[in-house]
Amino acid sequence: MTTLDAKLASAGTAVRPSRRKVFVALTFLLIASAVLSLAIGPTGISLQALPRAIAVSLGYTDDLAAARDRLVLIDLRLPRTLLAAFVGAALATSGAIMQGLFRNPLADPGLVGVSSGAALAAVATIVLGQGIGAPLIAPLGIYALPIAAFGGGLIMTLLLVSIAARQGQLAVGTLLLAGLAIGALAGAISSVIVTASDDRQLRDLTLWQMGSLSGASWQKVFAIVPFAIAIALLAPRLTRGLNGLLLGEAEAMHLGIDTERIKRIAIATTAAAVGAAVAVAGIIGFVGLVVPHIMRLISGPDHRVVLPGSAILGASLVIFADIVARMALRPAELPIGIVLALVGAPVFLHLILKRGIGGSE
Amino acid sequence: MRVGTRFFALASAAFAFAVASADARAADSSGAAPRILSIGGDITEILYDLGQQDKIVAVDVTSMFPPEALKDKKSVGYMRALSAEGALSVNPTLIIASDEAGPPEVVSALKSSGVRYVDIDDKPSAEGVPNKIRHIGSVVGADDAAKTLAAKVEADFAALENDRKQIKSRKRVLFILAVQNGKATVAGAETSADAILKLAGGDNVAASLNGYKPVSDEQLTEFAPDVVVVMHRGGGDPHMAGQALTLAGLSQSPAAKTKSLIAMDGLYLLGFGPRAPLAARELMKSIYAEGANTAATTP
Repeated sequence: MTTLDAKLASAGTAVRPSRRKVFVALTFLLIASAVLSLAIGPTGISLQALPRAIAVSLGYTDDLAAARDRLVLIDLRLPRTLLAAFVGAALATSGAIMQGLFRNPLADPGLVGVSSGAALAAVATIVLGQGIGAPLIAPLGIYALPIAAFGGGLIMTLLLVSIAARQGQLAVGTLLLAGLAIGALAGAISSVIVTASDDRQLRDLTLWQMGSLSGASWQKVFAIVPFAIAIALLAPRLTRGLNGLLLGEAEAMHLGIDTERIKRIAIATTAAAVGAAVAVAGIIGFVGLVVPHIMRLISGPDHRVVLPGSAILGASLVIFADIVARMALRPAELPIGIVLALVGAPVFLHLILKRGIGGSE
Repeated sequence: MRVGTRFFALASAAFAFAVASADARAADSSGAAPRILSIGGDITEILYDLGQQDKIVAVDVTSMFPPEALKDKKSVGYMRALSAEGALSVNPTLIIASDEAGPPEVVSALKSSGVRYVDIDDKPSAEGVPNKIRHIGSVVGADDAAKTLAAKVEADFAALENDRKQIKSRKRVLFILAVQNGKATVAGAETSADAILKLAGGDNVAASLNGYKPVSDEQLTEFAPDVVVVMHRGGGDPHMAGQALTLAGLSQSPAAKTKSLIAMDGLYLLGFGPRAPLAARELMKSIYAEGANTAATTP
């Protein structure tokens, strides 16, 4: 095991920066993006207003302009930045875990059914929320959609795992295929519900599917804290196992890795991370698929670097994309999913052409 | 190494930008006149009719009438996808918004922002329009103008109701919202299209459906409308007007035989602003027009 880790760490060292340099650079990037995200917004309120905003929060002043500074900096931009960081980190880490678990560069967090389950639940909530589902959904108010999305994702993952589990063994191949089948089924059921929607609900659905952080609030930030802690605790326990799985499942077992345990932790972590991310921000694609690739390109395949690196890079990327989302059409707003795809896809293509991701590396 | 340096360069540039974008904030101390953010096409239209346009600082993208609204004022985007900071960035002192505005988190953030936020009930009905006008008038301190306008709208609706009673045989009307891949999406009950059809004295043949629904050709033959109504602007598909009557399911309908197709501006027809009674009257005239009548009675 130690030799494997050492080998992975030294793979292609000639072109790769040291682990410490990578993390210093990534941390710097994250701090820079977070500061920018607090400093830039359509109102033009800058960080110079922060002391005033804090003074209002502490009750030292109730000046009207300062109250607005407080609202924008502390109640709008700060929760938005924190949520963007969480969503980016959760999606990118899950993507890295899934690509490692399935040993497939195309794997993304959607594979364990979270996204399709969440989407189905969201569709049902938006469309049926004013009709037959009203008694169930109305009391939850504006939290109905996030709660439903999270619950839907979780149920779908449990369903998938119970299908793929055979005598205590989780067949990764079955999981992959069953995931595709159940995803298609959930999509079809969503479509059935969509045909019953009116044009306003249809617009809401489309917007939800493009993802946005404009609904960020402190309540949402508090709601995701336990998930952030869970991911931070669980992900490090996966690194050795995923490194072993790079060689193949049987080989990993011969190395003494409890592959069943790794699979279960991997799926639980992904379900929690993606479920929470989808609940607060809708569907945001691209990050989960691409960030792990970029990370591997920088640091090599060692999951001890890829997992935490993806988290930090994913967080920074989503924060930057959210700045563009709120500034590009100001005072209107662009869905963040569009920004990520518009900017990210060409960059990714460039990387593929230049460095050959998924090729000889 | 190279990657690290690049990150540093990028991040340093970002910092420089953050510092440079210093306090460029406009003085937000306003004079006596409110700075209105109007969210909803009908609300903007009413504000213009009440002569309040100079107080409007920004509108949403559904504010397509009068056309100068979107040209002269800033746009805060689509009314159901607002951004809290975006809306606040136009420095409004009064936000007048349709109750359809969203997302809910943004609306609640705006309501707690200290800016006065007024919800307008947006029911598409003959009573809804004058109520809306009076409500908006009282909010902007234009009660008299609002009373006059509301009274005019009410009189228009009353006259319209009178004319409706004169109709001897009501026509069966189908409103087609869109045609996609040869499939029509029609207006059922609980839609603004259904409301305007009723006001114009037509019977909505698709009233058994709820909302705007795509329907099959077979279902269309069942509807057998006398008249088909489509939109040609303000959300309408310019090519649709020609297509609607050639749909297989409508080719044998009375409407196709008499070529009774009415194309009207979508916002005018469905906006339910002060022009709603005019739109309904125009639609009524078209539905019960001489030409269509003659064509229908003389085979």
